[in-house]
Amino acid sequence: MKFGDEISEKLHRYVFSLAQYLIENPIEEIVNISPGYNSVLIRLNNKYKIADTTEMLTAAVKRIHPSSDTQRQIVGIPVCYHDEYGVDLDRVMNHTQCSKTEIVDRHINGKYLVYFIGFSAGFPYIGGMDETLATPRLESPRKVVPSGSVGIAGRQTGIYPLSTPGGWNLIGRTPLSLIDKNHPENSLIKMGDQVQFYSIDLDEFDKLNQHP
Amino acid sequence: MSLAVIDGGLQTTVQDLGRNGFAHLGISASGAADSFSLRLGNLLVGNAEGEAGLEMTLIGGKYQFNRDTFVSLTGSYFLIDLDGEDLPFYENIHVERGQIINIGPSRDGARCYLTVQGGFDIELVLGSKSTHLMTNMGGFEGRPIKKGDEIKFGDARQDMEPIRIKQAIEMDCSTLRITKGIQHEWFDPDAWKLLQNNKFTVSHTFDRMGVRTAGQSIKTIKDTEVLTEGIPAGAVQIPGNGQPIISFVDHQTTGGYPKIANVITADLCKVGQLMPQDEFQFQLVSMAEAESLRLAQESFINDLKYSAP
Repeated sequence: MKFGDEISEKLHRYVFSLAQYLIENPIEEIVNISPGYNSVLIRLNNKYKIADTTEMLTAAVKRIHPSSDTQRQIVGIPVCYHDEYGVDLDRVMNHTQCSKTEIVDRHINGKYLVYFIGFSAGFPYIGGMDETLATPRLESPRKVVPSGSVGIAGRQTGIYPLSTPGGWNLIGRTPLSLIDKNHPENSLIKMGDQVQFYSIDLDEFDKLNQHP
Repeated sequence: MSLAVIDGGLQTTVQDLGRNGFAHLGISASGAADSFSLRLGNLLVGNAEGEAGLEMTLIGGKYQFNRDTFVSLTGSYFLIDLDGEDLPFYENIHVERGQIINIGPSRDGARCYLTVQGGFDIELVLGSKSTHLMTNMGGFEGRPIKKGDEIKFGDARQDMEPIRIKQAIEMDCSTLRITKGIQHEWFDPDAWKLLQNNKFTVSHTFDRMGVRTAGQSIKTIKDTEVLTEGIPAGAVQIPGNGQPIISFVDHQTTGGYPKIANVITADLCKVGQLMPQDEFQFQLVSMAEAESLRLAQESFINDLKYSAP
């Protein structure tokens, strides 16, 4: 199901409402739902019939009421922007012509919305970053990005909850653990949340560190 | 009561039919790369079709049974012997405590499945025993099995009549049938011609996340990236270099490459059997055709016929 061709809070409300509706009102034929910026991918089981399913999904879309006054959870995320964790800060500095202080200030001052969780377990796609920080992905992804790493790809920012491969520019690391693999529904950051980053130093990072 | 791993082969993982219902939390379904073969294997030993089995890749490994049981081998034909005796595929086989099964290299496709009566006693993670390698989730300690591991058998012990599947099992991996993908209009008729009229070769960087291919370069007439959106297993994605990547069972849940096509559900099992250097062609079919092929495959499994070996 596609709702348009842009990244906007308005489209996000449609995506959020449909995804939420389908999660709260499970339909037997649906095995997986993947929201994106402007779409919801719906994966069906092997037994569905196209005609019945189209009817069912059209009915579901009619039942959603995207509302503009959604109460959003605000999640504060401490980030250590020290070079030890912000291994691509130089790359972002070169690309954006911003100083390190400017990058950190602008990254902290964004008004952030979690558009969806994608890629791998608990990875939040966060929009609303200052556009002057936009930096393209690395040309070849790293084989291992440590858990908690905070990255930039184009105009998006995100956090790697688990240690996985990844191609985003790493500008810092949060000491908080975002996800429990056995209870992913209780992730610290959920679709539709607002995120507020704040800067911490290496000592504070070590005190708060929840990573193995 | 377990299967003792003497040699884990190239990449052997515990897989069932996958971890569904968590894609919106970024969790990929995983599950057997060739679910058709796993399902047949389970049915042959009297299990529910979605029980976990061992999925072996290119080279199987060596295992010792610590109890009498029934097993079956399905999927691609690997060189296999039990204490030196050749073993048949698509049958239930009685094995005795202490016997050693030696599963060598493949003689045709990428994956073979070993299923055991009662399945494997593996802790469910989010409702599934499947292993997701990138995040080390589920399966046996979240990783491929290796020498020294002991994989516990599930609880089941009953005598079985020897049976084999009566119908011929045919899987022609040289053609993957596709339907149009969500960005199909981003590709002009020339690109579509290239996709359908040329052979593609499976590259050496093939894994459970995706199958990379090499062939004629296919270019979009629009952008090389879409706004990040959900990816289904079987999506034929066209990255900037124009070489199709087929997303697969362990795929990331979302991505930004345009999707020219989707491999039909009935042919996903073939993707799991493609080996590096294999050549194949794409063939476009209608949604209606894809649906009838999928339902026919389901009926084949539901109406499986057996005969004496």
